[in-house]
Amino acid sequence: MPAVSKGDGMRGLAVFISDIRNCKSKEAEIKRINKELANIRSKFKGDKALDGYSKKKYVCKLLFIFLLGHDIDFGHMEAVNLLSSNKYTEKQIGYLFISVLVNSNSELIRLINNAIKNDLASRNPTFMCLALHCIANVGSREMGEAFAADIPRILVAGDSMDSVKQSAALCLLRLYKASPDLVPMGEWTARVVHLLNDQHMGVVTAAVSLITCLCKKNPDDFKTCISLAVSRLSRIVSSASTDLQDYTYYFVPAPWLSVKLLRLLQCYPPPEDAAVKGRLVECLETVLNKAQEPPKSKKVQHSNAKNAILFETISLIIHYDSEPNLLVRACNQLGQFLQHRETNLRYLALESMCTLASSEFSHEAVKTHIDTVINALKTERDVSVRQRAADLLYAMCDRSNAKQIVSEMLRYLETADYAIREEIVLKVAILAEKYAVDYSWYVDTILNLIRIAGDYVSEEVWYRVLQIVTNRDDVQGYAAKTVFEALQAPACHENMVKVGGYILGEFGNLIAGDPRSSPPVQFSLLHSKFHLCSVATRALLLSTYIKFINLFPETKATIQGVLRAGSQLRNADVELQQRAVEYLTLSSVASTDVLATVLEEMPPFPERESSILAKLKRKKGPGAGSALDDGRRDASSNDINGGVEPTPSTVSTPSPSADLLGLRAAPPPAAPPAPASAGNLLVDVFDGPAAQPSLGATPEEAFLSELEPPAPESPMALLADPAPAADPGPEDIGPPIPEADELLNKFVCKNNGVLFENQLLQIGVKSEFRQNLGRMYLFYGNKTSVQFQNFSPTVVHPGDLQTQLAVQTKRVAAQVDGGAQVQQVLNIECLRDFLTPPLLSVRFRYGGAPQSLTLKLPVTINKFFQPTEMAAQDFFQRWKQLSLPQQEAQKIFKANHPMDAEVTKAKLLGFGSALLDNVDPNPENFVGAGIIQTKALQVGCLLRLEPNAQAQMYRLTLRTSKEPVSRHLCELLAQQF
Amino acid sequence: KKLAGRGSIRFILIQNRAGKTRLAKWYMQFDDDEKQKLIEEVHAVVTVRDAKHTNFVEFRNFKIIYRRYAGLYFCICVDVNDNNLAYLEAIHNFVEVLNEYFHNVCELDLVFNFYKVYTVVDEMFLAGEIRETSQTKVLKQLLMLQSLE
Repeated sequence: MPAVSKGDGMRGLAVFISDIRNCKSKEAEIKRINKELANIRSKFKGDKALDGYSKKKYVCKLLFIFLLGHDIDFGHMEAVNLLSSNKYTEKQIGYLFISVLVNSNSELIRLINNAIKNDLASRNPTFMCLALHCIANVGSREMGEAFAADIPRILVAGDSMDSVKQSAALCLLRLYKASPDLVPMGEWTARVVHLLNDQHMGVVTAAVSLITCLCKKNPDDFKTCISLAVSRLSRIVSSASTDLQDYTYYFVPAPWLSVKLLRLLQCYPPPEDAAVKGRLVECLETVLNKAQEPPKSKKVQHSNAKNAILFETISLIIHYDSEPNLLVRACNQLGQFLQHRETNLRYLALESMCTLASSEFSHEAVKTHIDTVINALKTERDVSVRQRAADLLYAMCDRSNAKQIVSEMLRYLETADYAIREEIVLKVAILAEKYAVDYSWYVDTILNLIRIAGDYVSEEVWYRVLQIVTNRDDVQGYAAKTVFEALQAPACHENMVKVGGYILGEFGNLIAGDPRSSPPVQFSLLHSKFHLCSVATRALLLSTYIKFINLFPETKATIQGVLRAGSQLRNADVELQQRAVEYLTLSSVASTDVLATVLEEMPPFPERESSILAKLKRKKGPGAGSALDDGRRDASSNDINGGVEPTPSTVSTPSPSADLLGLRAAPPPAAPPAPASAGNLLVDVFDGPAAQPSLGATPEEAFLSELEPPAPESPMALLADPAPAADPGPEDIGPPIPEADELLNKFVCKNNGVLFENQLLQIGVKSEFRQNLGRMYLFYGNKTSVQFQNFSPTVVHPGDLQTQLAVQTKRVAAQVDGGAQVQQVLNIECLRDFLTPPLLSVRFRYGGAPQSLTLKLPVTINKFFQPTEMAAQDFFQRWKQLSLPQQEAQKIFKANHPMDAEVTKAKLLGFGSALLDNVDPNPENFVGAGIIQTKALQVGCLLRLEPNAQAQMYRLTLRTSKEPVSRHLCELLAQQF
Repeated sequence: KKLAGRGSIRFILIQNRAGKTRLAKWYMQFDDDEKQKLIEEVHAVVTVRDAKHTNFVEFRNFKIIYRRYAGLYFCICVDVNDNNLAYLEAIHNFVEVLNEYFHNVCELDLVFNFYKVYTVVDEMFLAGEIRETSQTKVLKQLLMLQSLE
């Protein structure tokens, strides 16, 4: 092959590049560039018309300058002119300039459409390819509008050259990805599929990419590609190493095409046609067999190309997840790679095995490699390989090996790279919780985590251990004893002090019988750490101390002494000072009974997703592929854990209905600061006036406000209206006003707005919902100039609602001045699915006349939706799983509003489900998924809305795992369109 | 930046050890600042790795498949599910074509003939996909183009 000489053809360019390279400083370079820019500008402006060669040279220089990182603000017209040259080299530079600079100057695009049109029509394959490459490189919507209709024609035209077809296929792919709506499907689609049979392998290579992209959105239209892809693959796989000549790479026939075909097949379930399936299985077996043959070359290129196909084959086998024999063979093959001398292969084997671990057919086979994987964790040099090893251990973990894996991970943690410590901590914490047989092991493990890697133990982790200890009385004594021992270490991590302080404050009494851990010993142990701790920890310890006063009256004097010390009472930190002042007063003023009530043991935490699992998911991003995220695995591990965990209310193993969607709830973001606070608590105790300003958060809240939105069981309950019994029963209030239903409907898809208005009163609503909790603010505005008296809004639960939905309200002031507005806060918890909304009854006296009004509170079941993203195939799989007739509800109804796709979208999102793109073959239709979160259970919901613009009708289909929910959601949603 | 679609090349970079870019080919819209940031990040991520490490490295929500030839790093950024080894060998295939085309290619060839390197890339990769893998076919086409005025 003749080599290309340096800068041949454009001497001036080569000289310029040399000059730039010889510049000793940035300043010199800029000077040289400015000189050149001035030169080029004068040439372009000059009277003398430039010839094509000069124009090309100068445009190319400008491009070089741009690529050095300098702005170019002229020369575009000259570049555009080059496009109409009939010389290839000039045209090429013109197109290149435009493709590279187009980002910074989209005006250019409009100028060049004409030139591109001419080149596409030129019948000169070289020019056609230049134009197609330009479209593919720019890929903008404008280009799509101009050319999307022409390119399919070029692609399937009988007389198009092979190279043009290749470029056209990928050009179309780019336009389709950028603006699918611009690419018309038509009779050409069938012919595109048949390109899989093309004689030219390059055409097939390009076409497979296009088909893979198109079939994701239109799987049915392209179904015929399956059998064609299988036969093409079969021909390649069974060919000898030299059969394919140009397309053989280091003795491997067409590796890239094989990989692409195998990826195309992963867009579909296993072939239905038995013959096709048989042929495919044969191919997969051949690939696995070839992996065992001696290599035809020692070059790494040979083995890489061969293994590229092998790994893609294994991906397809895992994707099908239906051939136990192939899955086990794949696992064995990967097992060999685990000890291969190539780091790349070890890495890829660990990664691939991670997905195999989640298949029920190969989970056991993966587990046999545990020792190798543990060894990898200890010895691999590349941190990313160690990370894959940790991922795999996590994925292969089950009841049988949890203790071994957890202890290995703990050992690894001592030397682990800083970059992955936090993740390992999370994984250990999750595994320890999930597979705990006895919770003393769990407590030991978490305390070990704090000991070994205290800095990496995030709040989520130590909050979680507190939740679990609080919720399980069988482990509380052990936990108290263990933290007490851990705290004896001369240097213990601050997180240990936090956990220890909290646990002893709650359960220190369980070990107080032992003289070695008597109350004074416990207190002095904790207090010996106090001065070295951060403000947050000291605040927590102060709460422990006040709890001690209740638990151990004998410590009262000592603790009061500590609280009274100037260093506390006049502490510069407001939080510490406040706690000291309040606790001191509380301990001196309140009676033992009051103390016992205020400081009683924390109630169990409401069960929800483990905050650590959520955190790990956040770290890894969605679809991180860990076994714990995999719905199927959970289904099988649920029964394993069933024996451990008989009460569903204590551990975060999700209920089976959650597995329906295979996704867990995202964590609640930190709850907004609770409106009520310790100040009010004290006020209640002291019977003081309600006007006293609220003080800091109670210690308990300090814990919870990070973790939990307020729930009725949380200490917030202490602060809420103490007299729910005073609510009038449903019989005491009038029926809802006639418009109540209509008003309610307005809020199904939105959370804020005006709920009601008449001449006297306006009621505004602002609400937010997370998981199964919600908070609603009601704003009552007095529209008159006269004071409302005896103003009393109350919430009533008709029928069974009491057991389905808990709503806590706070009393509002009984007088509302003219023109004033009062606010009422409602804390809402969805206990289980419900059908009727609570009622809001508002009574007051206006000018002496009693007024009363009953509305439906805009709390509907869909408020507790958690949107769920999923891929098309998952959606269909779940859709099929919910095929019992009672699980489906359907409504066909007339449109009440103009049928606007954007509005519909917004409504569906407001309704709460996720909107899934690329699922429904018909792009006009809407498909959504979500989980209804209630305390008792989760209900997975799938929905599909099919508008028919011609008939001005919709068909709405809901499928959920609970019959009444399907029907109810269907009714609610149908009224929105 | 979240990127729609999956399964294709986001960008190809050729950089030397000092971090100078010898080729940057983008298959997604990035603004100029973003491009510069990506270039610097890739350099930082790739140059610290040694020969015993894998040729893959996680990068934002993607991964970089890279291979070093003398003082040049050839990097391809792809989706996390993409086939690592296929792209690793696609790099090598590309390098072999450059080597043949420029006759023992060296860094300077890429500097002085930067506009031709783009042509080679477009022959082998288009729209973020592998377009042609046969070295014979690519070189034949490049020679044909070379002969044109």
